[in-house]
Amino acid sequence: MKLKLASAAIGALLAASPALADLVFPDLSYRTGPFAAGGIPFSDGYQDYFTLVNERDGGIGGVKARVIECETAYNTEKGVECYEATKGEGALIYQPLSTGITYQLIPKVSADKIPLHTMGYGRTSATNGRVFEWVFNYPANYWDAASVAINYLLDENGGSLEGKKIALLYHNSAYGKEPIPTLEALAAKHGYSLSLLPVDSPGQEQKSQWLQIRRERPDVVLMWGWGVMNQVAVQEAANIRFPMENFIGNWWAGAEHDVTPAGMAANGYKSLNMNRIADFPVFEDIRTHVHGKGLAAGDGSNVGKVLYTRGMYAAMLAVEAAKKAQETHGTANITAAMMRDGMEALEMTSEMMEALGAPGIGPEFSVSCEAHGGSGMGIVQQWNAAEGRWIALTDYIAPDQDVIAPLVEQDSMAYASENNLSLRCE
Amino acid sequence: MFYREAGDFKTSYRDDSQTFPIRFDRYRYYAVLVVALAVVPFFIDSYWANALLVPFLIYAIAAIGLNILTGYCGQVSLGTGGFMAVGAYACYKLMTAFPDVNIVLHIIAAGGITAAVGVLFGLPSLRIKGFYLAVATLAAQFFLVWLFNKVPWFYNYSASGQISAPERTVFGIAVTGPNTEAWAKYLVCLLFVVVLAWVARNLTRGSIGRSWMAIRDMDIAAEIIGVNPLKAKLTAFAVSSFYIGIAGALFFAVYLGAVEVGEAFGIQKSFLILFMIIIGGLGSIFGSFAGAAFLVLLPVLLKNVLVGTLGWPTDLAAHIELMIVGALIIVFLIAEPHGIAQLWRIAKEKLRLWPFPH
Repeated sequence: MKLKLASAAIGALLAASPALADLVFPDLSYRTGPFAAGGIPFSDGYQDYFTLVNERDGGIGGVKARVIECETAYNTEKGVECYEATKGEGALIYQPLSTGITYQLIPKVSADKIPLHTMGYGRTSATNGRVFEWVFNYPANYWDAASVAINYLLDENGGSLEGKKIALLYHNSAYGKEPIPTLEALAAKHGYSLSLLPVDSPGQEQKSQWLQIRRERPDVVLMWGWGVMNQVAVQEAANIRFPMENFIGNWWAGAEHDVTPAGMAANGYKSLNMNRIADFPVFEDIRTHVHGKGLAAGDGSNVGKVLYTRGMYAAMLAVEAAKKAQETHGTANITAAMMRDGMEALEMTSEMMEALGAPGIGPEFSVSCEAHGGSGMGIVQQWNAAEGRWIALTDYIAPDQDVIAPLVEQDSMAYASENNLSLRCE
Repeated sequence: MFYREAGDFKTSYRDDSQTFPIRFDRYRYYAVLVVALAVVPFFIDSYWANALLVPFLIYAIAAIGLNILTGYCGQVSLGTGGFMAVGAYACYKLMTAFPDVNIVLHIIAAGGITAAVGVLFGLPSLRIKGFYLAVATLAAQFFLVWLFNKVPWFYNYSASGQISAPERTVFGIAVTGPNTEAWAKYLVCLLFVVVLAWVARNLTRGSIGRSWMAIRDMDIAAEIIGVNPLKAKLTAFAVSSFYIGIAGALFFAVYLGAVEVGEAFGIQKSFLILFMIIIGGLGSIFGSFAGAAFLVLLPVLLKNVLVGTLGWPTDLAAHIELMIVGALIIVFLIAEPHGIAQLWRIAKEKLRLWPFPH
């Protein structure tokens, strides 16, 4: 039986051998499991944009982009399998959309020399390019998110959070634990008290946490949730009649599908966002060139949604980095190492975003050898249940780099000394 | 025609009671060993190692461990994931506290620590049985996962609660960390599997294994004929946890390199390994391998066929894959409740007479 399995697997592998001379962008997506609600629109947006570039512009610099989709179900073991299965095909960049898989891949991509882009998730201290050569997390990361949320609250409360009670409701995993050091440092600085409420994965059981919130009556609840956990949290908050305007999710807890199950009760729920949502002209192109030709990824119903927009934005940044790499190296057929150079030289300006048909989709930022993290800015948006859409409340808010920079330095240096890395860019 | 003992003369008791008494079977076993040890390492690439063979070998160790407890000693356990976590975290703490000590020793020590923890959680088995014991071990599962999440000392106070394996070498060759060659990973796991499976086989047919089986078959009768239930049950818990701890340490250090406890060692891992031994065959070393192969290799194979060859959408393939594996489990259990190991035994019997069954 083992022999049969082996020979069949070899056959399966050989049959799927690649057509060369494409630019390969693996998409480690998850369309199944408890996190699929977030994984599907992100992956649809990611793939649709590459299809658009192929159909409308004839590829990136004349070379077609090829997306290889691999289902991870947000599971690290499957994520490793996907990584191993796709890296040999000439993968240029990995975007796993999972902090757990990111931690898995950071040492692997560093050894295999393939860039890893974790947009607004993953290991925060990877923003230090002196230590993390192959990992990028522009335009923003979790510690930025935590600080943006606190800065927003400072603004709301006349510049002082003295004596306020803030609760952090978080997914009990690497993802949810990431913001804690920053929130603690900020608590020391601004004088609020922080209570931590972990929710075990996948997050369907939150009764006891909300009971605690009802008892402690925090002024604000921040949430680091994903997948099914968000919907349950919003519903539970509605059940205990927690004032929704004091409930703020991070940017992975602020999509349409997170709030619609609670209906009108979700009205007023706030969340962060790292990209704007609007009816960008690029969506029209996607409808004409991709969906019109029947090439849509998924069922094509997600265009313009929060996570679709973010997935498309991720692809857009990858395409721009690839163009930059083609420009600097003077060849259209770039390798993963060249892609990394392109990412490190990436600069997103308003004019570029305008030209791409997505004006103001993200903040302006530039990447350098030292700084892999972008500007770190985010907006706060609020759910309007009657109209069924998110409304931006603020412009891009800058995080408090005075607090974040030392934390990044400390954590990345610890990684460098653990792994005997010498610092770059010097 | 195959597996015949005709002409295969034994002249000593020792020969008579060997593991593979039939010559054909014995040579087949040696052939498998030679291929696995001396041929595969030269051809293995990182996909085969990381996606197929290394997880298969590690799950096989865990399945042998659970099989000792559940299959041989009859104590149902749902704490496997938790015990694997003990192995992983023990290995991590040892690796970072004593970086100069050989990683193989750390892995074995991690097994020893898990054995101690296993004995502790095995104590209730002296008073409770069956389903009730399963619930008690379930408590161990949840307690251990909670503990490793709650106490930052276990993950060296890292911001994310993740543990990640630094590079460690054996004879100057990296076996953990990102720069590990595929063959090195594979060989380390394989050597552990070969030694542990050999030890398990010999333990289970010795006096200690017989006392486990006596307890399994009827504990009161076993006690009356002089089997000490305290000793039998606790040794089963200790040996089983030792194996599972080693599997956990290898799973973390060699296979994944970074884990978070809730995701990697949750309750679903306990169920997965329990399913492996039920499908493979309770009370059989070969069954542990067969069950691990069934649940590790088959999903990957199906995925490659459905997505790679047939070009189906990945979500459809993922759902169909669950259905196919589920259906196959039911088919196997209806066709042969004693698992793949029993099917193999029957196949051997048939092959022995083939092509002249009368």
